[in-house]
Amino acid sequence: MQTTHFSIDAARSAIQERSTTALALAEKHYARIQKDDGQIGAYLTLCKERALEQADRIDRMAAEGKPLPPLGGVPVAIKDVMSTRGVRTTAGSKILGHYIPPYDCTAVARMEAAGAMVLGKTNCDEFAMGSSNENSAFRPVRNPRDLSRVPGGSSGGSAAAVAADMAVVALGSDTGGSIRQPASFCGVVGFMPTYGRVSRYGLIAFASSLDHIGPLTRTVKDAALVLRTIAGRDPMDSTSVDLPVPDYVAELEKPVRGLRLGIAKEYFGEGLDDEVRHAVESAIDKWKHLGCEAVPVSLPHTPYAIPTYYLIATAEASANLARYDGVRYSYRAPGVKTLSDMYRRSRDQGFGAEVKRRIMLGTYALSAGYYDAYYLKAQKVRTLLTRDFEQAFRKVDAIITPTCPTAAFRLGEKSNDPLAMYLADIYTVTADLAGIPGISIPCGETKEKLPIGLQILGKHFDEPMVLRLAHAYEQAA
Amino acid sequence: MKVTEKDVAYVADLANLELSAEERTGMVRDLNSILDYIGRLNELDTSNVEPMAQVSDRYGVDESKQGSARFAYASREDIVEGLRKSLPQEVALENAPDADGTFFRVPKVIER
Repeated sequence: MQTTHFSIDAARSAIQERSTTALALAEKHYARIQKDDGQIGAYLTLCKERALEQADRIDRMAAEGKPLPPLGGVPVAIKDVMSTRGVRTTAGSKILGHYIPPYDCTAVARMEAAGAMVLGKTNCDEFAMGSSNENSAFRPVRNPRDLSRVPGGSSGGSAAAVAADMAVVALGSDTGGSIRQPASFCGVVGFMPTYGRVSRYGLIAFASSLDHIGPLTRTVKDAALVLRTIAGRDPMDSTSVDLPVPDYVAELEKPVRGLRLGIAKEYFGEGLDDEVRHAVESAIDKWKHLGCEAVPVSLPHTPYAIPTYYLIATAEASANLARYDGVRYSYRAPGVKTLSDMYRRSRDQGFGAEVKRRIMLGTYALSAGYYDAYYLKAQKVRTLLTRDFEQAFRKVDAIITPTCPTAAFRLGEKSNDPLAMYLADIYTVTADLAGIPGISIPCGETKEKLPIGLQILGKHFDEPMVLRLAHAYEQAA
Repeated sequence: MKVTEKDVAYVADLANLELSAEERTGMVRDLNSILDYIGRLNELDTSNVEPMAQVSDRYGVDESKQGSARFAYASREDIVEGLRKSLPQEVALENAPDADGTFFRVPKVIER
């Protein structure tokens, strides 16, 4: 293997057949990171010792002729919101700049138990709040396809690492689109599973009723392999559901002929870039060619999704982020004289502008006199948005939309206008609110050679359908 | 203008945030612009709609069961160290900005 561009199966079988070693793959990736990541900024922390220990374990298994586990020797990157024992975990924030977790996130532990080598932790918007990765307290990430543009956010580092061949796959987190939107901007696959499908134990909480963990990969099959590894009940997360995990890889090959694809006009309206519209419509034609039927559906409450999301997500965030008090594990401002002074100054110096803005909005929405008008109202509209999907899925097997209204925008283009930035998530927040699975897959390029992504949404726990349609398109395209 | 500078100061106080004068001005502008947009929710009549706090009380559970019986799988024995061992004291203190080996140390709480 001369390059670092290969699939999970290719890596695993090359190590199994001893045509390469896990050690060689790890070293090749670190060399690539060394060479390219200076200008991209995908990684915040590398954990070479940990990766090489795992490489050694895998190489010894291969040498002894033992069958390698499903991700044996696969180099992976982990978004820096997932706790890694003994490895700094910052959530992209100064307030956790020196935090070294005493335990592992379940998803990370399951990846390693399946043989993956964790190369390092990837950059992200602070506390996963952002759509461009410009909110990282450390440095912005640049889009590997065009360094003047953003990689998307908040899992921008994970998407960029996979797009630039600095990891075979990565884990990201999605609260309002943070896996799918950067996948779309960087030209990779990003999959958010159903709420409750993957344990969030060890994920640094942003908005607990919306947070999901999922893979960013170069192929749909790799996404299926990673999901099969991390999905399933975890006693450490009471929101992880007790349902069997299907063999997502086996599901990929099922035929798509006769499937009904919902097309919702609300996702093709004002604000959608013409090139993106054209690419998604061509993809729908491709599915029709494969024997699928396009069926118009209506999701009438879609225009209310962004306001609903920004009330619920910020309200939950204001509660979740109250724990950063400068006492147990977060940054403490120097020279403070009283307890209250310590809380306030530590939080003022430790949090960035967007995080403060969201804590303020969420606190306001929950405060006396405003709770019914804002927070409760948003929870009711969340019911309406979820019903929209329930009704649509009575008629169709999946819904096809653009992932984002545009291709990647330039650094600085939206960073002074919070509302414009929020609207970058307009097609992705709905799935988080309803808790349904959604994948973004590449579906062409703009004239400027920027990747375009489309989104496939499925019913709750119908990951097999979403993956099957994505795989069929990928193979046909 | 829904939110005034006074509101911002009050909410910052609730959230334990110390905002500079400049930050407060920016916050008044940003919150008003966002709340303005959020105002469109009032176009919807939700008087007969149940609020939705969670996804997982509706999906992925045995719907033939009611209430907490749906989540029996998520309950556990109420015993010390039921799922994992508690962190040893020295590990729990490792990330503390200030500790004395036994306790977290903070500035004086009670003035007298």
